[in-house]
Amino acid sequence: MKVLAISGSLRPDSYNTKLLRAAEELLPPEVDFVLYQGVKAVPPYDEGDDDAQVAPMSVAALRSAIGEADAVLFATPEYNASIPGSLKNALDWISRPLATNTLRNKPVAVVGASTGAFGAVWAQADLRKVLAAIGARVVEGEVAVGHAPTRFDETTGRLEDESLREQLQETVDALLAEVEARALVPA
Amino acid sequence: MSTTTNTRQAVPVGTWQLDPIHSTIGFEVDYLAGSFRGQFREVAGKLQTSGETPVLTGSAKVASVDVKDENLAGHLQSPDFFDAERYPELSFESAEIERTGDEITVRGGITIKGVEKPVELTGTIADPIADYTGKERLSVKLDTTVDRTEFGVNWNVPLPDGKPALADEVKLSAELFFVKEA
Repeated sequence: MKVLAISGSLRPDSYNTKLLRAAEELLPPEVDFVLYQGVKAVPPYDEGDDDAQVAPMSVAALRSAIGEADAVLFATPEYNASIPGSLKNALDWISRPLATNTLRNKPVAVVGASTGAFGAVWAQADLRKVLAAIGARVVEGEVAVGHAPTRFDETTGRLEDESLREQLQETVDALLAEVEARALVPA
Repeated sequence: MSTTTNTRQAVPVGTWQLDPIHSTIGFEVDYLAGSFRGQFREVAGKLQTSGETPVLTGSAKVASVDVKDENLAGHLQSPDFFDAERYPELSFESAEIERTGDEITVRGGITIKGVEKPVELTGTIADPIADYTGKERLSVKLDTTVDRTEFGVNWNVPLPDGKPALADEVKLSAELFFVKEA
């Protein structure tokens, strides 16, 4: 089983990327975890390019990575009360064509971290809405890491808050359960 | 003195297979200021009236949902709506059929997104006719209204005034044309 992790924050020392790494620790050893690094390279989405035979390489790579994964775990910060533009832009690319896109029916989960108190809950809600509209199988649950600079060990990056670790474990488990449930559906 | 009545009370006897080309199973739901309609292109059904209790069964493939925009069709098949991957069919099976003249009432169970609920459909039934090949054909038209949220079809979005964009109540319509098995 392969889980693709996509961080909505492009910052090298991103708390959301740390949150994804924390999720990696909670996965069973047989699960492959791949942190996607190419969101920043995705160009602005232009609906006029929908009919182009060849997508930009950065888009093709992201589509391929999602297609090869059994599930996708997103971690998003909150910019101006919503999803970062770069992440929304990447999803707009992925969503086309809507009827056959690589996120369709794919189990996905959303978590988030912010430097403020609320842990990107609005961005997480918006991201869930967008993913559902694209056709993904969005797992219930939320992990909101507020005051992110105080939540991770400065040296190891470990998520220190036990309660948040438990919530993250529940979300990861729910995501893997969706993958297993999907495997039972006849093709 | 005796009286007679022409009121027909029985469904014509036989095994009647649905003609999927000419039959339509559709839905209509209030959306924004108007109504939104769609239908399922792949349908199947049978009306079996040779036993003690007539039985109407029918199904529709979710993946065959037909609306005017393919992206919307994709959304309707997603987990937000019918979840075609996990629940590929909608189905119905009757428990009771009552006919009075041209009017028909069918009670039974309808299954949408894996959830079965009792439902009553009402409509009309016409007497069989012979087509140009001599086959007997029968038409039944049925309607009902269901609350989609009872089946886990919950998608919505709030309008600026706080009201939902999409109604919970959905009208289901079936125009069923059957051919009698030889």
